[in-house]
Amino acid sequence: MTDILLQARHLNKTYSQRTGTLGLNSHTIHALADVNLQLKRGTTLAVVGESGSGKSTLARGILRLLPLDSGEVIFDGQDFLALDKNALRTARRHIQMVFQDPFASLNPRMRIGDIIAEGLVIHRIGNAQQQHDSVVQMLKKVGLQADDARKYPHQFSGGQRQRIGIARALILQPKLLVCDEPVSALDVSVQAQILLLLKQLQQEMGLSYLFITHDLRVVRHIADDVLVMQKGKVIEQGSVETIYNAPQQKYTQQLLSAIPGHGLRAITA
Amino acid sequence: MTEILRIDQLSISPAHAPERTLVKQVSFALQRGKTTCIVGESGSGKSLTALSVMKLLSPQLRMQGQVFFQGQDISQLNETTMQHLRGRQMGMIFQEPMTSLNPVLTIGFQIGEPLQTHLGLKGQALKQKVAALLEQVGIDPARADSYPDELSGGQRQRVMIAMSIACEPALLIADEPTTALDVTVQAQVLRLLDDLKNRLHMAMLFITHDFGVVADIADEVIVMFRGEIVESGSVAQVLQSPQHPYTRALLACVPDAEGKKVLQPMTYDWLAPA
Repeated sequence: MTDILLQARHLNKTYSQRTGTLGLNSHTIHALADVNLQLKRGTTLAVVGESGSGKSTLARGILRLLPLDSGEVIFDGQDFLALDKNALRTARRHIQMVFQDPFASLNPRMRIGDIIAEGLVIHRIGNAQQQHDSVVQMLKKVGLQADDARKYPHQFSGGQRQRIGIARALILQPKLLVCDEPVSALDVSVQAQILLLLKQLQQEMGLSYLFITHDLRVVRHIADDVLVMQKGKVIEQGSVETIYNAPQQKYTQQLLSAIPGHGLRAITA
Repeated sequence: MTEILRIDQLSISPAHAPERTLVKQVSFALQRGKTTCIVGESGSGKSLTALSVMKLLSPQLRMQGQVFFQGQDISQLNETTMQHLRGRQMGMIFQEPMTSLNPVLTIGFQIGEPLQTHLGLKGQALKQKVAALLEQVGIDPARADSYPDELSGGQRQRVMIAMSIACEPALLIADEPTTALDVTVQAQVLRLLDDLKNRLHMAMLFITHDFGVVADIADEVIVMFRGEIVESGSVAQVLQSPQHPYTRALLACVPDAEGKKVLQPMTYDWLAPA
């Protein structure tokens, strides 16, 4: 076992877009252009960039939710892109995802208990009683109550729904959690709660996070390493300290200077 | 006159449950050329307060207290008069630029609408004014014939801003205008709003949940919690020496770029009697 959980090499993904009169011409958009990354076990790698930088495509490509044009993904020593259908299903148990919009990502007609238990049912883990027990345990772990299992998503606030999304993802005890803008839709006060919860769970369960965000403020508090993307390319990567203290690229500097609250520092300094 | 808006003892409750107050005895005043931020979490009553200024509250809500806009008590004004005020004297920008723009009309038409309705502009004069407004908010005037779905989120919010300032209102209400935007775009939109406020000498009421944004744009700050103002003052005052435990708790959960601060989850411990 190495200490690298996830490694991606030379990932490429292009889309062609129709342009011109009647869409007769087309040009190619590089959503991912030769992207390399590695994620150490038990740590957090943040992928930072603006809309359209390819950060979500990267996450989806790694998870095989989207076919890549070329590249190699090694997850836990396995060539992830070469797995056949059955092997992929088994392997996916170890990679789970938390989505941005807690309103859109929970099925409104399902009870919370069923939403959280779904992974166990699909992977046929435990009997009904054991599944129920792990749901209750998971609910408590993310700061919800046992009887919340009977409720429906609309009965919860945005922050609580994100907790449900996290419980749903973690019930299978994955090795890797891919978080795609998990706190962008939340109030700042709720953001802090979710970030602290993610940190705490990481320690308790030894999780590794691939954390996608446009907000460098959040990155500072959750990540160990940072990868900055622009227009499908990785333009800078390094430890969180290096990126913040000595950003090499102009684009990284721009992202850093866009963080709101420069005034806050000036005033409270 | 420098005082544009004065709210006096504003309370809002549902018509069917008058004992539940959603907004409780809120009073404040807005000055020309100044930005006042209302800060609070979801459900603190900040958006309701803003809507009541424009008399846009749902009919299922009852409002008490008085709102004076440029010295006029708006409760005395009928709907027709209010329609003349909205868009002409009071502009408003909402959080979601995609849902607040009409997808089947060009952005040029939508920016021109208040100019036609309130100022009676038409033809070449209208076209020129729309082009000037687009330019003012940093969009190529040649894009006037574009539809909202052809624009990015930040550009749509710029279009919303152009619409809201088209008639050079005295008051601009911005309800979380940058929450749906990327951080870099947010910084640009904040700069644009601040710049327009100075140029048009408007009073701006800016609603947000993010103290980082407050620090960048506000002159005055009002902190709301569960429908009440718990603290208010100049931005320096409130940020440097927050008096209320809620303000301190809100400040403690804003992540900082240095990562020096230990993030604190929101607590309501102070609500319990000591």
